[in-house]
Amino acid sequence: MTDLTLLTLAEAREGLASKSFSSLELTDAHLKAVEDARTLNAFVLETPERARSMARAADAKIGKGEGGPLAGIPLGIKDLFATEGVRTTACSNVLDAFVPPYESTVTSQLWRDDAVMLGKLNNDEFAMGSSNETSCFGPVVNPWRRAGSNGAIEGTPLVPGGSSGGSAAAVAANLCLGATATDTGGSIRQPASFAGIVGIKPTYGRCSRWGIVAFASSLDQAGPVAKTVRDAAILMRSMSGHDPKDTTSANLPVPDFEASVGKSVKGMKIGIPKEYRMDGMPDEIEKLWAQGADWLKAAGAELVDISLPHTKYALPAYYIVAPAEASSNLARYDGVRYGLRAPGRNIAEMYENTRAEGFGAEVRRRVMIGTYVLSAGYYDAYYLRAQKVRTLIKKDFEDCFAKGVHAILTPATPSAAFGIGEKGKADPVEMYLNDIFTVTVNMAGLPGIAVPAGKDAQGLPLGLQLIGRPFDEETLFSLGEVVEQAAGRFVAAKWW
Amino acid sequence: MAVDAAATRRIAHLARIAVKDEELAHLQGEINAVLAFVEQLQEVNVDGVEPMTSVTPMEMKKREDVVTDGGIADAIVANAPASENHFFVVPKVVE
Repeated sequence: MTDLTLLTLAEAREGLASKSFSSLELTDAHLKAVEDARTLNAFVLETPERARSMARAADAKIGKGEGGPLAGIPLGIKDLFATEGVRTTACSNVLDAFVPPYESTVTSQLWRDDAVMLGKLNNDEFAMGSSNETSCFGPVVNPWRRAGSNGAIEGTPLVPGGSSGGSAAAVAANLCLGATATDTGGSIRQPASFAGIVGIKPTYGRCSRWGIVAFASSLDQAGPVAKTVRDAAILMRSMSGHDPKDTTSANLPVPDFEASVGKSVKGMKIGIPKEYRMDGMPDEIEKLWAQGADWLKAAGAELVDISLPHTKYALPAYYIVAPAEASSNLARYDGVRYGLRAPGRNIAEMYENTRAEGFGAEVRRRVMIGTYVLSAGYYDAYYLRAQKVRTLIKKDFEDCFAKGVHAILTPATPSAAFGIGEKGKADPVEMYLNDIFTVTVNMAGLPGIAVPAGKDAQGLPLGLQLIGRPFDEETLFSLGEVVEQAAGRFVAAKWW
Repeated sequence: MAVDAAATRRIAHLARIAVKDEELAHLQGEINAVLAFVEQLQEVNVDGVEPMTSVTPMEMKKREDVVTDGGIADAIVANAPASENHFFVVPKVVE
């Protein structure tokens, strides 16, 4: 039999429907791949028994012709999603061995549609990071490796990006047919680009946040990472939908996203924002961007120059708003109701010791910055001003969309994947700059898709980002498909 | 704006995070690096701009003020580091 892990989700769905193989066979093939790829550190918990029992149940339903839209499809779940009875840690020591007595809305919808869970995926601690290096389980290794000057593949282990690094690496290494991820400043799109796969951050409110460990609630959004644009569309339909348990969940019908894959983009107006042409931007990123624009033009889209004048302020505003919300959200980790407890002579000391021991360096730093910008005397100068700047960032986009722009094309990241330990050691801001092209989208609550589009000089994948109007992910799937058809798929050579 | 060692200690206390003396200088440096980075927001003209309170225009959802959940005390305390008879146990608070 052919290697079932090399299939796309759509191909596997077809094979299951035509009974070419069972979900149990498909699941076993992926469980074996997961086991063989432990050196990548993508999974922080493997759940083979649960996977096989879910696969058997899916096979029974498929046999009766009652299988749901994801029947028998093995998926990986970012460890930020609460899974009932299965350890969920957000990759933080402070959650210790937390076992949720409930299931997140997004994952419950995947199981409703008969998908199979292979296990929990690594991520930056509380999703705070751009390289998956802040995880308490250690870094994830990107399946891609650099080509040296002599053309041979060199051994430097590269980061998969973050925070959804485990999700991106697992999909790129064919360990699962798709994975859940979350995106607060770029945490779906940046790792998708670093791993040569597709990732979409839906419009704020499209997917329920209920049961997802909270980082910055006004920015957090769940979404899928997948091998192809079509696969991402299939997953997104199951993940989306109104949830009364999340007050910011949008009460809108869920479109058949897959139907927009392959739809004509003729006549669509695509904005090219001049502010994304940064000083010192590598030539290859510039070329990739121009190539992407050419592909869309060849497909009948019209390119228009646009201006988003407050772009450069998005990242600094983000580094006030996100830590502020994080400091508030993470106040719950106090050693009382769940997770780690470090002893102290009194309750205040117990809190302080628990949080010092439980939080990693990046989380500690962000909680402290958030505490500072919300504290008396600094609130107006920092937090209130950042929220005003956010209004201006959003208005930039609204002005463009009001002029008839359907979507905006930008690079997804300022570089390809970098080596583990190479960035952010001396200055945290160096790491933060990874999100320079993606963070604006979260600040404005818009949907954004990252699609692999080319390679850098060292043979590493690079992605393009398409930004859409609120709740118009369908256009992004149509445009993303054009890029994917033109660029082809990017598959890492197996070395692990 | 930049924070000094005393302010760094005060922030750590407000955030309820114990910081060792030898960690203080490093932490202060990192916080100041981030504060220097966000300083550029001061150059934006925000006169008359409303601060964002909701990224998508939507009405605050409300529901009937009724009990929708409960009777799950076992589940609530299942992950507690210390519990007794469905109570969370903490160090003595009132002398």
